[in-house]
Amino acid sequence: MGCTAADVVAALRAAAAVVQEHRDELVRLDQAIGDADHGENMKRGFTALLSRLDAEPPDTPGKVLKLVATTLISTVGGAAGPLYGTAFLRASAAVGDAAELDPAAVARALQGALDGVVARGKAAVGDKTMVDALTPAVAAAEGVNGSVAAALSAAADAAEEGAASTVPMVARKGRASYLGERSAGHLDPGARSTALLLRAFADAAARA
Amino acid sequence: MKKIINDPETVVQDSLRGMQAAHSDLLTVHHDPAVVVRADAPVPGKVAIISGGGAGHEPLHGGFVGRGMLDAACPGAVFTSPTPDQVLDAVSKTDGGAGALLVVKNYTGDVLNFETAGELAESEVRSVVIDDDVAVKDSLYTAGRRGVGGTVLLEKIVGAAAERGDDLAACEALALRVIASVRSMGLALTSCTVPHVGSPSFELADDEMEVGIGIHGEPGRRKVAAGTASDMVSALLEPILEDLPFSSGDRVLLFTNSMGGTPLIELYLAHGIAEQLLADRGITVERRLVGPYITSLEMQGMSITLLKLDDEMVSLWDAPVHTPALRWGV
Repeated sequence: MGCTAADVVAALRAAAAVVQEHRDELVRLDQAIGDADHGENMKRGFTALLSRLDAEPPDTPGKVLKLVATTLISTVGGAAGPLYGTAFLRASAAVGDAAELDPAAVARALQGALDGVVARGKAAVGDKTMVDALTPAVAAAEGVNGSVAAALSAAADAAEEGAASTVPMVARKGRASYLGERSAGHLDPGARSTALLLRAFADAAARA
Repeated sequence: MKKIINDPETVVQDSLRGMQAAHSDLLTVHHDPAVVVRADAPVPGKVAIISGGGAGHEPLHGGFVGRGMLDAACPGAVFTSPTPDQVLDAVSKTDGGAGALLVVKNYTGDVLNFETAGELAESEVRSVVIDDDVAVKDSLYTAGRRGVGGTVLLEKIVGAAAERGDDLAACEALALRVIASVRSMGLALTSCTVPHVGSPSFELADDEMEVGIGIHGEPGRRKVAAGTASDMVSALLEPILEDLPFSSGDRVLLFTNSMGGTPLIELYLAHGIAEQLLADRGITVERRLVGPYITSLEMQGMSITLLKLDDEMVSLWDAPVHTPALRWGV
């Protein structure tokens, strides 16, 4: 059993709710080592996404992901707008115009998202960025033979561990890098939001 | 938090409406997407000079829109880079057929959003990235130096070149020359409060200063005892002088900038000390700019920017400019 456009829309609605709920947490994390806008920017982007999904829900998973990309690029700003926008754009390209996504397609979408983030942001594992959450998530999803829910659940687990691994790191990309050694001891807000989104997608898939 | 705002969510739009009311002879404010455009844009045959960045640094950038400086400014949310659709809209509203030069401050978000816009633009677009902050070590292990006070000087000088008819390649080359010749550093005596956050961006005790701050309320590289004005000016000027380096015989523009909350009585005091320190080293201050031009909301503190001048830069600096924040020769 695959994942339809309606399932993807439901997952994004769940993600929007999670972003709203964790807005203050993301602001606090970013305040410590960045410029305190990540939570507000993500909230603005996902709020705009909800109204676009209400107005005109696309009819394939790939088109839904593309709508996410264009919405986040035009509403989020900061580094997160182009980075998440590019991630969803590459994920959309990776799944093409299939009507349903199987676990392999979900893994391809995650791989596409990671490739997009790396191409745009030029960060590597260990730089204290969202790449530290997304890289292990892709590997975990690829290793799952089963349902979409199982693949996303494995990805979310790995992303949470990956995000936690950013705490002792010294940032080498983004605004946190200006702090040098003082950036160590803090959870990276981008890695945290990546883990939150994947957990929201996994929970939605488990309910579907 | 106590601020003159109605709603943290709409502070940028609300402020832009007031700016339109105050300066309708110089500029037009467009909403959705937010773009501040020179009133007579597009100017046929002229290269459009476009900049942008998060709000909260006023008058940068919207206050520099007008004849002899910027054709358009794209304000993001407070301390947040603008989005690509704002930049694209600015290009289409100002391109007079000679292309557009995007002036980008070196922050990851700004670079990524302007880069995306540059890829999508139909006009001929070039961009330059300014990174004049000596407080940040430029290495493979950081996002590179930040763009700070040098941006104001670059926008004035390159804006004057575009106004006299320089083409896109010449404007780009001049901008790169300014970037290679300008260095800055800032310090904070107090933090600032971003409206949608509601609490100060960092902690600073009454007797401490944060040296090496950027312009977004991000902490600097070290906290030290505040000391005297002379200590403060030296803490900024010494690293700037060593970095380029500036040396005896150089002609410079000295820009003493308030971060928003420092009053002019203190800023002039600091400026006077900086002039003396430069004179002692045989460096000739040929042009000056003193005031709050690139700010960090209500932060108390200052930055110093030094630009090594040549004859062409001096004449472009002196050229007429007519914007809300800088006006001379008209």
